[in-house]
Amino acid sequence: MAHIDQSKIRNFCIVAHIDHGKSTLADRIIEKTGLLTSREMQAQVLDNMDLERERGITIKAQTVRTIYKAKDGEEYIFNLIDTPGHVDFNYEVSRSLAACDGAILVVDAAQGIEAQTLANVYLALEHNLEVFPVINKIDLPSAEPERVKNEIEDVIGIEAQDAPLISAKNGIGIDEVLEAIVEKIPAPSGNPDNPLQALIFDSLYDPYKGVIIFCRIMEGCVSKGTGIRMMATGAVADVVEVGYFGAGQFIPCEELSAGMVGYITASIKNVKDTAVGDTVTEDKRPCSEPLPGYKKVNPMVYCGVYPADSAKYSDLRDALEKLQLNDASLQYEPETSIALGFGFRCGFLGLLHLEIIQERLEREYNLDLVTTAPGVIYKVHKTNGEVIELTNPSNLPDPAEIEYMEEPVVSAEIMVTTEFIGSIMELCQERRGRYLGMEYMEETRALLKYELPLNEIIYDFFDALKSRSRGYASFDYELKGYEQSELVKLDILINREEVDALSFIVHKDSAYDRGRRMCEKLKDEIPRHLFEIPIQAAVGGKIIARETVKAMRKDVLAKCYGGDITRKKKLLEKQKEGKKRMRQIGSVEIPQKAFMSVLKLDEN
Amino acid sequence: MKTEYKPLSIYIHIPFCVRKCLYCDFLSAPAGEKEKEDYLECLTEEIRREAVYYKKYEVQTVFIGGGTPSLVSALWMERILQVVYDNYKMADEREITIEVNPGTVSLDKLQAYYHMGINRLSIGLQSAQDNELKLLGRIHTAADFFRTYENAVKSGFNNINVDLMSAIPSQTVDSYKETLYKVLSLKPQPAHISAYSLIIEEGTPFYENTPELPDEETDRLMYKITDDILEENGYHRYEISNYAKPGYECRHNKVYWKRGDYAGFGIGAASLVNNVRFGNTGDIRTYINRIASGGNCNPEGIRCPGNGIRENIQKLSVKEQMEEYMFLGLRLTEGISCRDFYHTFGVKIDKIYGEVIKKLERQGLLLCKADETGDMRIALSEFGLDVSNVVMAEFLLE
Repeated sequence: MAHIDQSKIRNFCIVAHIDHGKSTLADRIIEKTGLLTSREMQAQVLDNMDLERERGITIKAQTVRTIYKAKDGEEYIFNLIDTPGHVDFNYEVSRSLAACDGAILVVDAAQGIEAQTLANVYLALEHNLEVFPVINKIDLPSAEPERVKNEIEDVIGIEAQDAPLISAKNGIGIDEVLEAIVEKIPAPSGNPDNPLQALIFDSLYDPYKGVIIFCRIMEGCVSKGTGIRMMATGAVADVVEVGYFGAGQFIPCEELSAGMVGYITASIKNVKDTAVGDTVTEDKRPCSEPLPGYKKVNPMVYCGVYPADSAKYSDLRDALEKLQLNDASLQYEPETSIALGFGFRCGFLGLLHLEIIQERLEREYNLDLVTTAPGVIYKVHKTNGEVIELTNPSNLPDPAEIEYMEEPVVSAEIMVTTEFIGSIMELCQERRGRYLGMEYMEETRALLKYELPLNEIIYDFFDALKSRSRGYASFDYELKGYEQSELVKLDILINREEVDALSFIVHKDSAYDRGRRMCEKLKDEIPRHLFEIPIQAAVGGKIIARETVKAMRKDVLAKCYGGDITRKKKLLEKQKEGKKRMRQIGSVEIPQKAFMSVLKLDEN
Repeated sequence: MKTEYKPLSIYIHIPFCVRKCLYCDFLSAPAGEKEKEDYLECLTEEIRREAVYYKKYEVQTVFIGGGTPSLVSALWMERILQVVYDNYKMADEREITIEVNPGTVSLDKLQAYYHMGINRLSIGLQSAQDNELKLLGRIHTAADFFRTYENAVKSGFNNINVDLMSAIPSQTVDSYKETLYKVLSLKPQPAHISAYSLIIEEGTPFYENTPELPDEETDRLMYKITDDILEENGYHRYEISNYAKPGYECRHNKVYWKRGDYAGFGIGAASLVNNVRFGNTGDIRTYINRIASGGNCNPEGIRCPGNGIRENIQKLSVKEQMEEYMFLGLRLTEGISCRDFYHTFGVKIDKIYGEVIKKLERQGLLLCKADETGDMRIALSEFGLDVSNVVMAEFLLE
């Protein structure tokens, strides 16, 4: 059987900073190559989760195949692999890049290069991708294409003078981009007759087909009936179907051969078996070694997730199970809290990932959730030599049994305009950052390098960064390792009872400040009761901060006029309804949202 | 055979005022002469037309409220009352109250009221301090009030209520005390005093633009002072916000709390008849159009809600009746009678509310005490009176 002509295939992705127009350009490429008419296009075809469209971000990699008739008269197959655009999903990004032969770098003509642009470009260059830039949003009044071109050449060191000047939104310059894809991105290589070697860059669970593996065939070919093996997980299965990606649909084909991008189904029940980065080979005729770069992705951020209505515990469990089918990086295990009842300790790649899962649970599964403060994994070295990986602050051993503790540290790069360097350095200092250095990108912009403890950046660092730079700073980080640190457990006592769900681990120097702010926040959230309620923060049994919710003195409806009691009854019903949504801790009723509000302890 | 009449109370709503007070969320507004005329025509028509449903009732109390009923001419007021007298059986010992605003009644009008059978006046004073009255948006001065009171006494009224307000803008403990003492210096002292503390209601100018108010401590202190001073002067607190000399409790108000039958006439008026609650439309144009076009409006109005004036017709379930029985009955300091609860519902109160009552008693919010007949009475404690909403919400059933 004749294999597809490799020289007519272009496998590429688009890299960009968030909001620089990556998904819009993808849409234009799809539209222009005639896969969909513009009428059929739902804005941003590739971001197909509601959440992705709303937030304007790509969460899961998406892939689409289109046919382009070039000016040379030949038809080319374009495989566009849209990568996630957030630091939480860096590993997924790297695997998607590994599936490509080239990348289009989209840079905003007004904003120029950002921290994430750099991170993604370097990642692309590391994978030996051919990168060519396009300057987007050239129709904006503030566009400075020449400056941005120079910046690309200076900072990244790639040729940019003939970069297409485009407006993805308004369809300007798209033809030029399409030609550049044909000219500049190399055709794939690989021998179809070699043993099968395919890279998994994503997978999806479908209730009818089982797991759908998204892969790039590097060597060999695969078709229906091929016995395949995942080299890292060891899972074995027989291929049921292969095919490629239409817009929003799977189109079966005879075979996938070296150089092609497509999907495989094989009645696999769980995405855990098809880990991103793993190599698919033929079970009977395996390739000599797996593709490089596979690693097991581990959650970095943990928090407790509880149903607001404790009767919904099993609904929550089912929902998590379903989400995990599609998201191997989501981890969960049951836990119990005195304050919140039965729930799960869940692990996420980062805070965005956490927020996305939480929102999907609430929207797609209609669950009301209470989440506890997110934390990182601490390593607790006990005096008896044992090392515990701590994900739930409540499980911290007695201080007498602790030799020392370690916390995860990240290397961070922050790009900022020079006027805000001072305030951003101050922020990093407050967050226990270790200054590593600074590079000027051009006269007005600098790249700050810091090491920061992960637990200092997981809640509101990004918000603080934005507010202190009026939105101009951008930020990227990667895990560096663990370091010894003076950590303590901060407990919150409400009416003298410790509330386990509010405990968290904090550096001893920040304990007082955090404790005070927690107490202040809780004081605002807890409604007045018939008695006075002390709210205290404590470290190792010692009270370090206190606020008081004063006792309620008056709650009476004055006039009930003309015998119209309906309003009075409504008021009482509201009062009673409000009570139902409270969590009872001893004799104190705490609103669900109090547990969450303490997560956002911003400066004001 | 002697007919057994059931007791009925009548509420008549006059939705007009000179100008809306800044804290007021009642159904009232300034209106033109033509609109007033049309409204009063329809009001008398409604009272007349409805009478057919109350043939087995005897009217114990009538309350003419507003708005400012005293804005309506004495002639019109007499016509309205005449329709009541002509169409309803009136009890011999009846209580007929009208609300008056000090800025709007002359001696002549008060005398006319007395002669048409009104035997109780409710005068809205709120404060005896002119600066405070101004901040509330009231149209009268303290002097207007004292003149009105004097005229009322002169006209023959001996059952007069004075409305007072505490915790209003710029008020201090001293200025409030002065208001109280000025009222108590009246000769004779008013038979009844309503003392409310200001509550900012949604939809009022005060809600949109809340003035600085006395703090909570001051508010509570004023409440306490009210209680102390009025008790010293021979008043008895018989309801959360109402004080009376012996024998002068407002019978009409107590009907609301004891869930007696009452019929409300005019826009926005509420009724409770045979455990059906219903209200009239609050829209004056709708009211006038529908009454004028003959729209029926009986309490079983379920038959004709289409073109009638009734809204929110609600047949109360036994559960709802019990809830109301509790949260309305507890407004009265005499509390509720366990024996009466049993007679009303055929089930012991402990079976329904035993746990709740025990809990609230333990929290010091309720007092349970046997009276001399051996009946157990449940009432709000002093603290319970202050936070009555918290207590009452507990009596809503699942």
